[in-house]
Amino acid sequence: MSNHKTSLSKVSHQQRIGDQPWLRRLLIGLAFLLVGSLLVVPLIAIFAQALSAGLNIFWVNLSDKYTLHAIGLTLLVAALTVPLNLVFGVFLAWLVTRFEFPGRRILMTLIDIPFAVSPVVAGLMYLLLYGSNGWVGSWLMDHDLQLMFAWPGIVMVTVFITCPFVARELIPLMQQQGSSEEEAALSLGASGWQMFRRVTLPNIKWALLYGVVLTNARAVGEFGAVSVVSGNIRGETNTLPLHVELLYQDYNLVGAFTSATLLAALALLTLVVKTFLEWRQQQSAS
Amino acid sequence: MTPASLLPKNLISKSFKVTGRQVLPGFALSLGISLLFISLVLLLPLSGLLVQTAGMSWADYWAVVTDSRVMASYQVTLLMALGASLLNGLVGLLLAWVLVRYTFPGKRLIDALVDLPFALPTAVAGITLATLFSAQGWYGQGLAKLGIQVAYTPLGILIAMLFTSLPFVVRNVQPVMEDLNSGDEEAALSLGAKDWTVLRRVIFPALWPALVMGVVLSFIRSLGEFGAVIFIAGNMPYLSEVTSLMIFVRLQEFDYAAASAIASVILMASLVLLFAVNIWQTRYLKRLKGSQ
Repeated sequence: MSNHKTSLSKVSHQQRIGDQPWLRRLLIGLAFLLVGSLLVVPLIAIFAQALSAGLNIFWVNLSDKYTLHAIGLTLLVAALTVPLNLVFGVFLAWLVTRFEFPGRRILMTLIDIPFAVSPVVAGLMYLLLYGSNGWVGSWLMDHDLQLMFAWPGIVMVTVFITCPFVARELIPLMQQQGSSEEEAALSLGASGWQMFRRVTLPNIKWALLYGVVLTNARAVGEFGAVSVVSGNIRGETNTLPLHVELLYQDYNLVGAFTSATLLAALALLTLVVKTFLEWRQQQSAS
Repeated sequence: MTPASLLPKNLISKSFKVTGRQVLPGFALSLGISLLFISLVLLLPLSGLLVQTAGMSWADYWAVVTDSRVMASYQVTLLMALGASLLNGLVGLLLAWVLVRYTFPGKRLIDALVDLPFALPTAVAGITLATLFSAQGWYGQGLAKLGIQVAYTPLGILIAMLFTSLPFVVRNVQPVMEDLNSGDEEAALSLGAKDWTVLRRVIFPALWPALVMGVVLSFIRSLGEFGAVIFIAGNMPYLSEVTSLMIFVRLQEFDYAAASAIASVILMASLVLLFAVNIWQTRYLKRLKGSQ
């Protein structure tokens, strides 16, 4: 009874709502339940399925030549996509945060389009333009160039899907920081490049890296857009996510989940790096 | 996508002034590169879709987009996306509340895990959920005893959409909740307001724009979701086919015109929603600022 009383008196002195112990415990418990069942269990299931036939089979599946090829192609796509979007993201962020000009807001809205467009629609748009029936595609055909159903097409749609990430990380940060440091560097006689390398880059490096990590994660894992333009040719145009699908459709569940563990491991690594970068960002801000 | 990127943009840009536009270098270069990139990567392909669709007669277009199988796909996509994003509103609000207002062991881990659906490829999420909810799966077995089937039904579509769009509400609401002025809350409480009143009159109005934004973003994402959905949906015509799958089906029939027509419908729906929610948020924030 006395316990009950003290907790009651606490409640009446509380400064914030929701701080009652029972409510607190209930809500935290619910959060754990939700995160556990929606996120942690699926994550465990991926690894459990992959290893369900034993470690030996896991290695056999992993070193399968089509799996290795899919890994290689996926790395190639990421290696081409990330630098392109990195450069674009930095220029776009510089443009919209350091200059006022008509159309600035429109530009900032346009960059969000890939977030709103269904990946399948994105793939279709590229197929229509660069496929053999498209007006650019038919010209390319005449010159014996095939972009769709080949790796260049996969890179192109991946660039589309991932182009907002770097810019979206940089823009709010660069707006907050303002340009006074850069102006100071210029007035002290720095060239544009020196200013960028010595002042801008150190200020944005963590956010930039974070944007790169997000771009990379999405580039490696993109499925819908890539499956439209890939043609799914095993050992040729199969990226790792497409390979997962192919094995799954073949009822090779263990094989599908083996390839999936690679992608899941990368996702976990992304989360770790992200947490670290956010922490560094806070450190350098304070 | 992330807390910083989904902060009300206007608030940030209003709070500082761009200075020295004559001083800083690189305007022409960055404008040139940005415009070139946006034209080539975004606008040119978009125009390809428009050209393809514009080439159809209105009657053909109408026939394709109102085909009964496609209509069924709109219905199941819209309903499940609506259900998933509203559920996400609740789940996201709860997670944001717990992460911002309480300290407890494991908090950092939960905070990091919330982004998993964005980091995990959708195809992996798809096969994992399909396996978990299948009749022999960890979840499916238990649910089967209760007579609930999730895999290969519209309910599976909802689960997949719920998973892939989970971070949107949390990451939109979290920063706003962190910035809440605790003074208002304390004042209201000390004046004798009930918890529920404070929640409704003080906290909720401040969270509302971020919450709506998060729910709409997760709705848009769910409308277009493909990878996670197709594995668990069963993809039965008229029952569990989502609209993005219909585009894919038409493509495999080499009916590019029909695929584009259906694509133009979801593209328009997503873009209109995106612009509308942006405008709404800007107006709401202006009003909120004005009333203070």
